[in-house]
Amino acid sequence: MKENKQMETLPFKKIYTRVIQITKATCTLEATGVGCEEMALVDGKSAQVIKINGRQVTLQVFEGTEGIKTDAEVVFLGKAPSLKVSDEMGGRFFNAYGVPIDGKYTPHGKEVEIGGPSINPVRRKQPFDLIETGIAGIDLNNTLLAGQKIPFFADTDQPYNAVIALVALRSNADRIILGGIGLSNDDYLYFKNLFVNTDMPEKIVGFINTTEDPTVERLLIPDMALSAAEYFAIEKNEKALVLLTDMTLYCDALSIVANRMDQIPSKDSMPGSLYSDLAKIYEKSVQLHSGGSITIISVTTISEGDITHAIPDNTGYITEGQLFLRRDTEIGKVIIDPFRSLSRLKQLVIGKQTREDHPQVMNAAIRLYADAANAKTKLENGFDLSDYDKRTLKFAKEYAQQLLAIDINVDITKMLNTTWNLFRRNFKPEELGIKSKYIEQYWEKATEMEDEHSLMDENMNPANTSFKQRNKTEVKWQ
Amino acid sequence: MRTGKVKAIVSNLVIVTADGAVAQNEICHILLGEIFLKAEVIKTAGDDAYVQVFESTRGLKVGDEVIFQGHLLEVSLGPGILTKKYDGLQNDLDKIESIFLSRGTYTDALDMNSEWDFIPLVKNGDMVVAASWLGEVKEKNIPHKIMAPFILDGEFSVKKIADAGRYKLTDTIATLEDKQGNETAITMVQKWPVIKTLKGYKEKIRPYKLLETGIRIIDMMNPMAEGGTGFIPGPFGSGKTVLQHAIARQAKVDVVVVVACGERANEIVEIFTEFPQLDDPQTGGKLIDRTVIIANTSNMPVASRQASVYTGMTIAEYYRAMGLKVLVLADSTSRWAQALREISNRMEELPGPDAYPMDLPAVVSGFYARAGQVKLVNGKDGSITFIGTVSPAGGNLKEPVTEATKKAAHSFYALSQRRADSKRYPAIDAIESYSKFLDYPELVSYMHQTIAQNWKTEVVKMKDRLFKGHEAMEQISILGDDNVPVDYHETFWKSELIDFVILQQDAFDSVDGFTSLERLKYMQQKISEICEASFHFSAYEEVGVYFRSIINAWKQINYSAFQSEEFKNFNRQLDEIVNERKQTNGNVTV
Ligand SMILES: Nc1ncnc2c1ncn2[C@@H]1O[C@H](COP(=O)(O)OP(=O)(O)OP(=O)(O)O)[C@@H](O)[C@H]1O
Ligand SMILES: [Mg+2]
Repeated sequence: MKENKQMETLPFKKIYTRVIQITKATCTLEATGVGCEEMALVDGKSAQVIKINGRQVTLQVFEGTEGIKTDAEVVFLGKAPSLKVSDEMGGRFFNAYGVPIDGKYTPHGKEVEIGGPSINPVRRKQPFDLIETGIAGIDLNNTLLAGQKIPFFADTDQPYNAVIALVALRSNADRIILGGIGLSNDDYLYFKNLFVNTDMPEKIVGFINTTEDPTVERLLIPDMALSAAEYFAIEKNEKALVLLTDMTLYCDALSIVANRMDQIPSKDSMPGSLYSDLAKIYEKSVQLHSGGSITIISVTTISEGDITHAIPDNTGYITEGQLFLRRDTEIGKVIIDPFRSLSRLKQLVIGKQTREDHPQVMNAAIRLYADAANAKTKLENGFDLSDYDKRTLKFAKEYAQQLLAIDINVDITKMLNTTWNLFRRNFKPEELGIKSKYIEQYWEKATEMEDEHSLMDENMNPANTSFKQRNKTEVKWQ
Repeated sequence: MRTGKVKAIVSNLVIVTADGAVAQNEICHILLGEIFLKAEVIKTAGDDAYVQVFESTRGLKVGDEVIFQGHLLEVSLGPGILTKKYDGLQNDLDKIESIFLSRGTYTDALDMNSEWDFIPLVKNGDMVVAASWLGEVKEKNIPHKIMAPFILDGEFSVKKIADAGRYKLTDTIATLEDKQGNETAITMVQKWPVIKTLKGYKEKIRPYKLLETGIRIIDMMNPMAEGGTGFIPGPFGSGKTVLQHAIARQAKVDVVVVVACGERANEIVEIFTEFPQLDDPQTGGKLIDRTVIIANTSNMPVASRQASVYTGMTIAEYYRAMGLKVLVLADSTSRWAQALREISNRMEELPGPDAYPMDLPAVVSGFYARAGQVKLVNGKDGSITFIGTVSPAGGNLKEPVTEATKKAAHSFYALSQRRADSKRYPAIDAIESYSKFLDYPELVSYMHQTIAQNWKTEVVKMKDRLFKGHEAMEQISILGDDNVPVDYHETFWKSELIDFVILQQDAFDSVDGFTSLERLKYMQQKISEICEASFHFSAYEEVGVYFRSIINAWKQINYSAFQSEEFKNFNRQLDEIVNERKQTNGNVTV
């Protein structure tokens, strides 16, 4: 792969051959006329200017400096990292430098520098376009909108890649751009097969850095993916959905670089600029007036649910909510945890584009689910339960089974009806604290549930992922 | 013209070899092809000036030319600021046509060709000093004062003041003359360096008047005063921004400066989108008419993020000097502190706790000190109330920014993760939070006059009840529901009642979202009445069921317009429920 890694070098570029200092990640040489953040090749290895002091230029070598000699050939490329953007990217997979890894031709297109300027806030439109996923943990409790940025927080043993793939397939995105950051080769192939075997394989574009590629190269992946997304959203008015997985590995790469450059680490040995670094990526999500949009759904793996670690913490401060994946031992399935999960943009649509009782019903259900958690603690501490406690426990189980489980696939109105049914089965209206006009309207109508199994999407079992689910999601591809 | 050449570059820190003297904090322009990048001198050593660049330095080269500008970072002040959307350096974002904010694009903060109907407020021969009101124009719904330059020193006489009429922003509307006979021509525009306090007042006075926000837990329990300062720390997602936006919409002030400092662009878009639609009940105009937005979102360069809070504060000081009540909201001051940290680390300064610069507490308190209630040179009042959010790493309040801010601010609204998780919004922890204004006799007597004579006593009692409820809950969870006296349950549920119907407030509901002082008074009486009463229960299980029905009835009231038919009906229902179990034999205090 090494030979085709970088764009062709121009013949008249000056070649330097005297490297005066080499560290683990950087090398320094004397050169003039070099620009900040300019790309270079050091013995054919990609590098970028990170510091200039008089004639001394320090380069970060992405794949590490092992084997670089003091007489290495250094060529400056006269430009920052860039990507050739065009429709030809559709259906293709690239590495961190935007070079194809699928064995096909290099797409033509306009060359743009990645990591470009931010969008003028006054040219943004307020997000309004609801993304339906059929998953109640999302659509009912944490409704997503186009133009939103939201991570899944998941322990490493959760099926997060299957879940984001499912969300992407069920969404109505025009283009799905996968940024694979330290993806295992198996997961890369999973995504590739899943997307390429749909009836519209050109919808997917992948920028992939696998665990087999150099760690520091990962740092280019999000910017590559987002430059492609900007092309489709801005030039083509498409709805682009960007999947970034796993952003924790991106942050780890940042800390490796910072550490090698002797920067003062802040919390959890992360660089002090972590917030700004992540914000530059996530803030590329946007809803444009023209109809184009960039939505970012990412994965941030966490360790034993610890969200106070600097990576999830900074992420949470930047993104518009987060979705927590958790295994519910009661029902033996993966759910989207209603407590720590949040969509900050949901209030723009719920009760407005969805049925008017949506906000209140959602909140009441979560409150009752919280009461159930308290009752459970009581039970674990060996105390007797009150009648109310028992009813909340029963409610919580049904709620998890019929709504929270990730394998449910129904529309929002159905989700609301199901919730009303659960309310009616377990509670009295005055225990809900819901506006009386909604009680009057929906309480009497709530009927017994139909067959629970009809709700399940048999093709989706994330714990045991098969690639067959595309058949089920085909309708959404038109 | 003093110039220099780029000598070294690390990210946005550039070392420039200067060919002449440079001033600390002086602005310079670094030429980069067709464009120039704005930068600020932050340190000098010999001929070397260390400058922080307000833009990306990508492509910058050693030897690139630098031109020093001879002034500090300054804002333009004049009519037309209201409704503007600026970035941290006061570029008018609406004047940038493109989708992207490309580097080196700078726009006028004011509409230089705009015309205003001017009314003089002084006569020829009058004596004036810095910040004296020379005339006024109508800007949206406020009388915008055209003031004598803030840099004037000593007394000046008005040589000529323009007649009432329509003038361009840049027309001379007055000529002032000092004792030596030197003349100064005055237009409607002046400039001021943002890092210096724009005084324009005679003296600071103690805050004494409630700043009404319509948010119950603030107005009733932890009041903010006009000219006071407060801060809202809380982990991510706990509701800082929602709370600040509610305050921006509802606060009874004349001008609101919203500084989005290193936060999400969509949040500021929400203000752009919604404020032009929302009515300002005080003036009849739209909310946007009293609002200035400084949008330096998290993806914009950190150096201008740091500048943004100063830009916002200076604009506020300008409006305060007109005798107005100004509210400044900054979200989030932690991002500002982090910007300071990034640059300090790049300069390889000796780091303080968590790698923040050593002088962080001084910087924070210096900034908070710019707020305040003042007496102007003409004896009128003006105020700046400042409320900042703090985003503590990991939600842990023992971190440098929170601690530094705690020393600087009057009131503290701690948002709790637990409350946010259980959707008890606003998630302000009523026990942890405080307002020093509760101990200001001036404010207390103001509240006694405007709300009720026993306001303070009731506030203290309510805090007590919450505290006791919390203790009762702990006992219940240690000993079990039926191993404690039924009283404990009652005490606990009374605190839950306060929580559900008073502390919790639906920011997105048009009725519940805003509570007037009149309604607050009603609620305070009602809650006191219920909490003072004692109820009859034969088993602990009845307590929760009963109080849930009280809460439910009261919530219906909260969703109904004050004193509407609906309101009265639900209120009657509530009274009926309360009377069901209320013990008639005297009032037992809980
Ligand atoms: N008063 C409220 N009423 C209803 N919902 C609320 C309220 N406050 C917060 N929320 C909910 O919590 C979400 C997060 O609130 P907000 O954006 O204000 O958090 P934050 O503390 O500013 O977080 P960050 O530090 O990440 O910016 C909101 O999008 C909303 O869904
Ligand atoms: Mg916020």
